Formats: sequence, C-alpha cells, structure tokens
Amino acid sequence: METTPFIQIKDLQKEFISQNNTVTALSGINLNIDKGSIFGIIGMSGAGKSTLVRCINFLERPTSGTVIIGDKDLSKLNDRELRHVRQNIGMIFQQFNLLMQRNVEDNICFPLEIAGYSKKEGRKRAAELLEIVGLIDKKKAYPSQLSGGQKQRVAIARALATNPQLLLCDEATSALDPTTTRSILALLKDINKQFGITIIIITHEMSVVEEICDYVAIIDDGKLAESGSVEDVFSNPKTEAAKRLVYHSNTTSNTPIEMKGKRCIRIVFDGKSSFEPIIANMVLDNKALVNILYADTKDIKGKAYGHMVLQLPENEVQADKIINYLRNKNVNVEELIDYVGN
Amino acid sequence: MWVTDLISLFQENMPMLTEETVNTLYMTFVSSFFAYIFALPLGVALVVTREDGLHPMGSLYRILDIVVNIGRSVPFLILLVAIQPLTKLIVGKSYGSTATIVPLVVAATPFIARLIESSLQEVDHGVIEAAQSMGASLFTIIFKVLIPEARTSLMVGATIAIGTILGYSAMAGFAGGGGLGDIAVRYGYYRYEGEIMLITIILMVVLVQLIQAIGMKIARKTDKRVI
Repeated sequence: METTPFIQIKDLQKEFISQNNTVTALSGINLNIDKGSIFGIIGMSGAGKSTLVRCINFLERPTSGTVIIGDKDLSKLNDRELRHVRQNIGMIFQQFNLLMQRNVEDNICFPLEIAGYSKKEGRKRAAELLEIVGLIDKKKAYPSQLSGGQKQRVAIARALATNPQLLLCDEATSALDPTTTRSILALLKDINKQFGITIIIITHEMSVVEEICDYVAIIDDGKLAESGSVEDVFSNPKTEAAKRLVYHSNTTSNTPIEMKGKRCIRIVFDGKSSFEPIIANMVLDNKALVNILYADTKDIKGKAYGHMVLQLPENEVQADKIINYLRNKNVNVEELIDYVGN
Repeated sequence: MWVTDLISLFQENMPMLTEETVNTLYMTFVSSFFAYIFALPLGVALVVTREDGLHPMGSLYRILDIVVNIGRSVPFLILLVAIQPLTKLIVGKSYGSTATIVPLVVAATPFIARLIESSLQEVDHGVIEAAQSMGASLFTIIFKVLIPEARTSLMVGATIAIGTILGYSAMAGFAGGGGLGDIAVRYGYYRYEGEIMLITIILMVVLVQLIQAIGMKIARKTDKRVI
C-alpha cells in the first residue's frame, strides 16, 4: 500500500520577471518528501536551491506548479490561511536572522506571539526549548553576545517554538566553522529523532548531506538533476551535475600521496622571510612536493624565527633543485642524515 | 570686562530669557510630537509601499514620494507665511509660540518621514523574511520587527529632528513666533543690541548640545546590538 508523501512538490516553476528580461530560476521540479525524513537539497551556488526552499513555504510564490504539505495545497490558500500554515513550518537561515534588539528568550517567544500564545505560555515553552538546544543559561543574553553556533541554536529553538511538523534549513551551517557545523547537524538529527519532525536542508556542502540526510535531491541550473536515497545518489551518480558534485568534493580528501624520499633537510628562517610564503612558493615553482615533518617558528617582533624539517622527493634531481631554490632565497639549509628510517 | 557685562546683562534679563527658553522648548517638543504622529505612518508607508517593499503599491508610493519632496523643498520661512490662514484656522491667531507650532509641524513632517524611512530601510531584510516565514502579518512585521529593530536609528533621527525643529522655531522669530529666536530678532535685528542676541545664541547652542547629548545617550542605552 502506498501512502501519500508528506510534502509533494509538483511541476514547480519560478520565473523572476524584471522590466526587460525574464529569468527562469526553477523549472519542472517534482519532489516527494516523506514524513519524518531528513531531505537534503544540494546544488552549486546560483542553482536555485534557495528559491526552491522559499517556494516550499511560499515566501516566493511559484509562477506555476504547486506545493502540497499534508493535506493543504498552498497555491489554493489565501494570505491569511497561508500565514497560518507558515506558523507551523519552522525555518532557519545562514545568517540566523535573529531579532537583534530582543534577548534570546524573547526571540524564541516571537513566533508564539504571532501564533497568539500568551506571554506566560511563551516563556514556559522558551525554557523547554532552551533546554533542548543547551542554552538555558543564555536566556537573557542578546544575540550580539552569542557566537555563531549559539545564534543558530537560538534560531533552531525559535523555529521549533510552535511545534512545527516541518523545519526548513537554508544553508544553516554555511556560516559556521566545521566543529560548530557538526554540533548543529547533530542537534538537527536529534530533533528529527526526538520529535519526528521532517527536515529539509538546503546546502552546497556535500559533507552536510552525507552526515545527516536520508534523501537527497541535486539541483542544477534550476532543474532537478537527480534525487533518491543518499547512498544511491552518492555511490552511483548518474547525471553530469551529480558527478560534478560527488567527485569534485572527493578529490581533496581521498588517497593522500605517499612520500617515499629518504633525504631530509632542516631549514632555518633568519627573520627576513616571514612575509614571503617560501614553502608554498617552492612547491609551486619546482612542481615538487615536500613533506613537513617538523616545524617550530616563533614570531619575534613580526619576524619569523625558527626551523622546519622537510622530507624531500625521492627524485634526486628534484631534491637538489629544492635545496638550491631555498639557498637562493637566503634560507639556511642543512641536510639531515637518517632523519626518516627504513 | 566684556564677559562680566554679558553676565550682568543676562541676569537683568533673566525673567524674559527664561520665559522664552521655555517657549522655545515648548514649541520644539510639542511640534516634534505632532510631527511624529503624522510622520511615523508616512515613513512606514514609504517603506512598505515601495516596489521592493513588504506591500508594494507603486502609485501610492509615487504620490507620497512627491508630496514629501514638495514639503521638503519649501523653505521654512516662506512656508510659515504661506500657511498663515491655516494657522489662524487651527489656533485662532497667527503669531506667538502656539501659532508657530502649526508651520513647524507642517515643515517637520516630511523631513521626519524621510528620516524614518531611511531608518526603517536599514532593517536587515533577513530578519523580515524570518518573520514572514513564521507567518507574521504585515501589521506584526511593522510593529514588532521594523520599528523595534530600527529603534536606535530612529532615536538618532529623532535627535537630529528635534535639533532641526529648534532651529526652525528660532526662524519663526522673524514673524513674531515667540521663543529665543524672537528675542534675537527683536533685540539683535531691530534694536542693534548685539549682546542680548549673543546670549540667545549661547542659550540655543546649549539647548542643542543638551538635546544631542541626551538623545544619543538614550540611543546607545537602548541599543542591544553592541555589547
């Protein structure tokens, strides 16, 4: 027996019409999203994914096509009904978009005020939510006093205030560092498990999709390139766009080049070269890799003093070239015997 | 000593100077109050109805825009004279401090509307979008997002507006408007008593400084964007 998906996006098209031209941002998008799943929408910047997420809650009204959430066809609703539906859809953003003149608690109360809850109910709910996102001690703090990760936690608490069935995340981790990103993703996953809330994640980062999404859709140039379970799409990308995304992001992390050279040198910076990226230039100019085995520099009055131990390439010609290159740059070079074993 | 002369002159004219300082403040603050009553909806309308606003209404925006520009382009002294019939109709007479409030309100309203417009324009679009995503109505966005988020800028604008209105009120002295400007005109311009005029100028400078200092202090105090 087939159940109807929680969210159905049907033949969605969005055009932006300005005075002298029409830009088609999205066309022919069809997607079904199951209740309780974490659904990633990934694409390069400018692919139309941000427009797509805004079409899901009708912040952008599609030019044609429709979005059905639960039993409600959004294209058939009037403004007031639409606002009511939106009260039950949470949304978080790349730039957090907290009210800067309200403290954390009042930020979380804001959607509850809109939905007509009393102040007392709002405060109670805010305390519950702050407990969930781990920021109970920041209740009275203002957003300007919080770090990026904390702001996004507040934004998540705010988005969950009305107990929504759906949470939209628009590049929610793109302004955060990798560690914070992981903790925010873990929080989202937790929320998904605990409350069964459906989460749609818009991102340009493969790692985000890999980490928490069950399903993924790839948007390329305003069209749906591919969609399916994360394992299927990522292990066997079929379209050009999917391949570009999947393989491009892997080349940097896969199979480190093994250094086999046995010659090592110690270089000593005498303080003159702290502004010139010597090692980087050396690698680029000689087109040969070195392995930094040890490095210790001290910055004394703006000059770098210290030393570094480099493992040279196996190729003797290249190794000699590197030594000469460094000597020409007035870097003190000393060859080390038996620094690396076997 | 010239300075001691000035001080004794100040003491001699204390009652008059005090009375007219009070009149200046009365005109300034009452005018500012009424001007804000008219300018706030006007400024909000300018922001909301523009093409990329929350509720675009192209033709209404263009009309308001033109009206505000016309209001801004009439020099205050000319406006003061030109609307004397209106002033008479509202206040019953066309001279004195209370009568001056009418042209002050008329002149300040479009100016303040522009200040409000630019303050509200500064509110981050992302925050407005967040409110929309929560299902906030236009009314809620105006009163719970736009105005509170812009409050620092609005306070700075109000400080500028009040200082400007104080300056305008002094100009009304030329048409029997009362206040410190009136003294300056009567003594300095008609009777060549430069010292009295100098005293009124000093008083006006002090008033503007005070308004500026207090306004900026409140603006900073209520701003939660900086720690």
